[in-house]
Amino acid sequence: MDRIPILKMGDALLITIQVDMHDRLAIALEDDLTQKIVQTRAKGVLIDISSLEIVDSFIGRMLDNIAAVSRILDAETVVVGMRPAVAITLVELGLSLTGVKTALNVERGMTLIGKRVATIRGPSGRERG
Amino acid sequence: MAESAADVLPIRSGDDIVRVRQQVRIRAVAAGFSLVDQTKLVTAASELARNTLDHGGGGRVRIESVDLGGRRGVRLTFEDEGPGIPDIARALQDGFTTGTGLGLGLGGAKRLTNEFSIDSAPGKGTRIVIARWKSV
Ligand SMILES: Nc1ncnc2c1ncn2[C@@H]1O[C@H](COP(=O)(O)OP(=O)(O)OP(=O)(O)O)[C@@H](O)[C@H]1O
Ligand SMILES: [Mg+2]
Repeated sequence: MDRIPILKMGDALLITIQVDMHDRLAIALEDDLTQKIVQTRAKGVLIDISSLEIVDSFIGRMLDNIAAVSRILDAETVVVGMRPAVAITLVELGLSLTGVKTALNVERGMTLIGKRVATIRGPSGRERG
Repeated sequence: MAESAADVLPIRSGDDIVRVRQQVRIRAVAAGFSLVDQTKLVTAASELARNTLDHGGGGRVRIESVDLGGRRGVRLTFEDEGPGIPDIARALQDGFTTGTGLGLGLGGAKRLTNEFSIDSAPGKGTRIVIARWKSV
């Protein structure tokens, strides 16, 4: 079975969704990601959807699930690269993607996560608590 | 009303849903839809194709290009012989689902199109017709 690769980028994990997702692939991705977050102690998850021509409620639910699981594991999810036509359509579809942050591109998404890491670690750079 | 030949595509698997999206996109482009209009119609088609597969147990979609006195559009008819929808008004409400979804598909598909009708009887199946016209 195909799997979506998960790359480590600094404190974050990067997932690039290029193929048309189907149920099994989505479930496998959620499982893989959960393990990866625990293993790497990533503080952020970037999901690049710039190659998706549409986002329907199925993909929306997957993004929501990923964000929910990541949050429990103390990582923040940022969806990057959503096409403007997709964003406009999502509003009418009624998909709010609560709990999912968005950024224009991977670079800006990394900046968001970098800020979060800085707040968690404090000025000394060491993890608090 | 002039109509060009219709395509009928089966909806029996996740791959079929991908093919439906591709064919609907081709028709929307041919009808001169803007990128946003294409995206709205393809998204609505994706929702209904998934419902046909997941809730209706599989079925088919008929894809037609329509020209109504120079106004071009695409009409899609989704059909299945599944359990049917007992309470259509309720099924259309956002958040209502009998599965594990978000309950957005039907209401969303209605908002994303210009024409929307459901014909469903318990035990007999479901037929949903949607159409979207090129924006002027
Ligand atoms: N073709 C169908 N046959 C039988 N029941 C259907 C069909 N389409 C929709 N339904 C019923 O209507 C409900 C609402 O559908 P809708 O698409 O809005 O939400 P969903 O499919 O449950 O979740 P989502 O689309 O957000 O993933 C479904 O849960 C199902 O009970
Ligand atoms: Mg649905």
